[in-house]
Amino acid sequence: MKLELRGITKKFPGVIANDSVNLSISTGEVLALVGENGAGKSTLMNVLYGLYKADEGEILVDGTAVNFHSPADAIKAGIGMVHQHFMLVPVFSVAENVVLGSEPTKRFGALDIERARKQVREVSDRYNLNLDPDAIVEDLPVGVRQRVEIVKVLLRDAKIVVFDEPTAVLTPSEIVEFFSIVRTLTDAGKGVVFITHKLKEALTIADRINVLRRGKVVGDADPKTASESHIAEMMVGRPVQLTVNKATASPKQVVLDVKDLSIIDPDGRLIVENVSFNVRAGEIVGVAGVQGNGQTELVEAISGLRRTSQGSLTLDGKDITEASPRQRHTLGMGHVPEDRQRQGLVTGMTITENLVLTRYHDSEFCNGFKMKWSKAKEKAKELVQSYDIRTSDPDQMASTLSGGNQQKVIVARELSRDIRLVLAAQPTRGIDVGSIEYIHEQIVKERDSGTAILIVSTELDEVMALSDRILVMYRGKVVADLDPKKASHMDVGLYMAGSRPENAVGVNS
Amino acid sequence: MISAEQKKRARNVGYGYLGLAVITLVIFSRRPGDAGFRLTEGGFSLTLPAQQFAYIFGIVFVGLGAAQLWRGLGKVSNIVLALATAMFVMSFLSWATSGESFSLVGMLQDTVSRSVPITLGALAGILCERSGVINIAIEGMLLAGAFMGAVGASLTNLWFGTIIAILTGMLLAWVLAVFSIKYRVDQVIVGFAINFFALGITSFLSFRVLVPNPDYNSLVPVMPISVPLLSKIPFIGQILFVQTIFVYFSFAAVALLTWAMYRTRWGLRTRAAGEYPKAAGTLGVDVIRLRYRNLLIAGAVAGIGGAWWPIGTVGRFDQNITGGRGFIALAAVIFGRWHPVGAFSGAIVFAFAEAVRLKIGNFDTGIPSEFLLMAPYLVTLVVVAGFVGASRAPKAAGQPYDEQ
Repeated sequence: MKLELRGITKKFPGVIANDSVNLSISTGEVLALVGENGAGKSTLMNVLYGLYKADEGEILVDGTAVNFHSPADAIKAGIGMVHQHFMLVPVFSVAENVVLGSEPTKRFGALDIERARKQVREVSDRYNLNLDPDAIVEDLPVGVRQRVEIVKVLLRDAKIVVFDEPTAVLTPSEIVEFFSIVRTLTDAGKGVVFITHKLKEALTIADRINVLRRGKVVGDADPKTASESHIAEMMVGRPVQLTVNKATASPKQVVLDVKDLSIIDPDGRLIVENVSFNVRAGEIVGVAGVQGNGQTELVEAISGLRRTSQGSLTLDGKDITEASPRQRHTLGMGHVPEDRQRQGLVTGMTITENLVLTRYHDSEFCNGFKMKWSKAKEKAKELVQSYDIRTSDPDQMASTLSGGNQQKVIVARELSRDIRLVLAAQPTRGIDVGSIEYIHEQIVKERDSGTAILIVSTELDEVMALSDRILVMYRGKVVADLDPKKASHMDVGLYMAGSRPENAVGVNS
Repeated sequence: MISAEQKKRARNVGYGYLGLAVITLVIFSRRPGDAGFRLTEGGFSLTLPAQQFAYIFGIVFVGLGAAQLWRGLGKVSNIVLALATAMFVMSFLSWATSGESFSLVGMLQDTVSRSVPITLGALAGILCERSGVINIAIEGMLLAGAFMGAVGASLTNLWFGTIIAILTGMLLAWVLAVFSIKYRVDQVIVGFAINFFALGITSFLSFRVLVPNPDYNSLVPVMPISVPLLSKIPFIGQILFVQTIFVYFSFAAVALLTWAMYRTRWGLRTRAAGEYPKAAGTLGVDVIRLRYRNLLIAGAVAGIGGAWWPIGTVGRFDQNITGGRGFIALAAVIFGRWHPVGAFSGAIVFAFAEAVRLKIGNFDTGIPSEFLLMAPYLVTLVVVAGFVGASRAPKAAGQPYDEQ
């Protein structure tokens, strides 16, 4: 089977998400579609899957034009999609999830769950996916959930399988396993479209690479010959620096000290268990780990958004275990939260208002009762300038900014104060390369001026590039304290998956 | 390890037991004399010495309270709580009726009959919420169904009246569907609007049309049917199998919905639409259509629940005849954790509180009648807060589905 997209154009109010895109994929090959966040990869695939209707252009299957009105049509044409956010009902069993929408039935529409189980077992055995049809999805690790998605697609006889950012949620060892599954699929005659922004992975697995920028296909690359920096340049439209420039850290006194911290959630589960570490002035400590291993809760506890069940927190020698978030940031804690739209910003307020959110009560901006808006606006203008926030007018809503610029607003607000500690969770998630570079620079600059920095990120590359010291979290515990100059990617990955590499190097005492 | 929340709940339940103990020991032991519970229509009866009973139960409650405060009862705590509630109700009844005799079987029969609109309302709620739409409008559907059922049956016959009630329920459900599914208006607000509309229009029409034309509002309700053989079972038979067709329908509806929800293709898709509609949508299931259809079915079920008042019991419509049963049905949905059988047991609990209230009203207990009127709602509050604890609603309930 050969699938072609010709001249696909999809417009949303104010943006052209896809601009006459041409693309083709045949069975038996892996096509990587790379591009930055917002380049239009997901839109394109949603057009292909019948979720969006293209404004112009056509889809051809084996040379004949087809019209997809809904995912059901795309499924019938032999296209399967594994979405970035898994489309699985958490409370259903594996078998129930797999057959949903094309259920085997007995009389009166009664579900033939026995047959569903058998189908899952068959496909799972044929492709070595090792799935238990009766397991409940919410109990399964992410890597296994992805295999459930794959079975869903295979059971519907998909000839072309689209993976949307499939490795974003996987540990490095799960990624290796995932690649071998992709190989099994192409060996069985399936075509695979692999959407990603991770160039290393595209180079490893793809037979062909197409680069998307601002809704257009800007070029092809042959993974055998192309280099990472070359593709990155195509993706961004200018030369990019792939590493973070920084001098060796010179850590001084301890700023943040976490001792025996444990967190139990309202359901009685132990989320963080006896975590102890410290962050010194002038160093960047990175917390690596697969999402959902307690990092979010740890950050919430340090920033004062969540109560701890046990243990203590000290900032510059002062006990802040019971301090309110306001007290903490008055003591010099800057917080760049994980979810910029829900926690970092009030998107329905202006950029100016957002920029003074942590200081609106200072005498600089407020006389105790009335806001001094002219002062706030002055400050905002200055910050927009110095932190390179791309906006024509700071009095516009924060929601009008791109993701990268929203993140810069938060960084500007938190770093422009007189601070001792920066707590940054997923500081560059889902933003453009230019903004990533800029934010990394600012973080390193802040470190060099003697601030203690704690970074939490699920992007291993980011943690490796930025940190002077790496802590790995697994199931609520800190399982390793590593030196990024000595430890390898693979070793950190193994710790993230809960195992312990043999002959590990770079372990800090 | 248990979390702070669980500890707190165990402690509160413990204090609750001590409270029950105080009430039983101080109040229920005040009246000497035997309470006679008639167990059959014939006159076979059970006699309980009220005072001694109160003392025994009171001491048991003290024990339970102490155990709960000391260690918590863990896994069996809900069963113990149910048993203790039953014991408390028994001692209350024997106190209230001491020195007299009353028909326990009659009261339980009444309970089952009164559970019909609550059960059907709750099933309507489950149908909607399981497919992802919150239905606050059950009360309005019941009320409108009762009104139209009364008028339809008065003008033609009982069957036609019931069908009119069904169509009325479906019409209101369709309004809820259009606003909440198509126009994505907040589902709670649409539901409230429907409730106020139903209350207003039926009150107005009842005053303007039914009062001047008594013929429009007068019908002979259905008679109870004794099921052959089953109705001969002592005690149970009288309660469950000498009832109107509405009761048998509600039994059947509970059984059918339970089977359909957990054993059929329709049920799987419905639950998927209520938990994670995108998962169903990306597999080619038409979530919008499924929600429309299930809401219409829910409207029909609620319509029958409404028809119970005129056609199943009193033979007429009165202003606001439903009196908040639709909201109690909502409580039954939550009590039953969105499961038909659970909701049915909830409906029985609430109907029991109502039947007790009506029965006790005939005895001289010294309890002001206003307090007795509050009983069903008070029970709702206590039951939802105490028994249910944290229960999990369908995840997507209340969220409009966006196709893209």
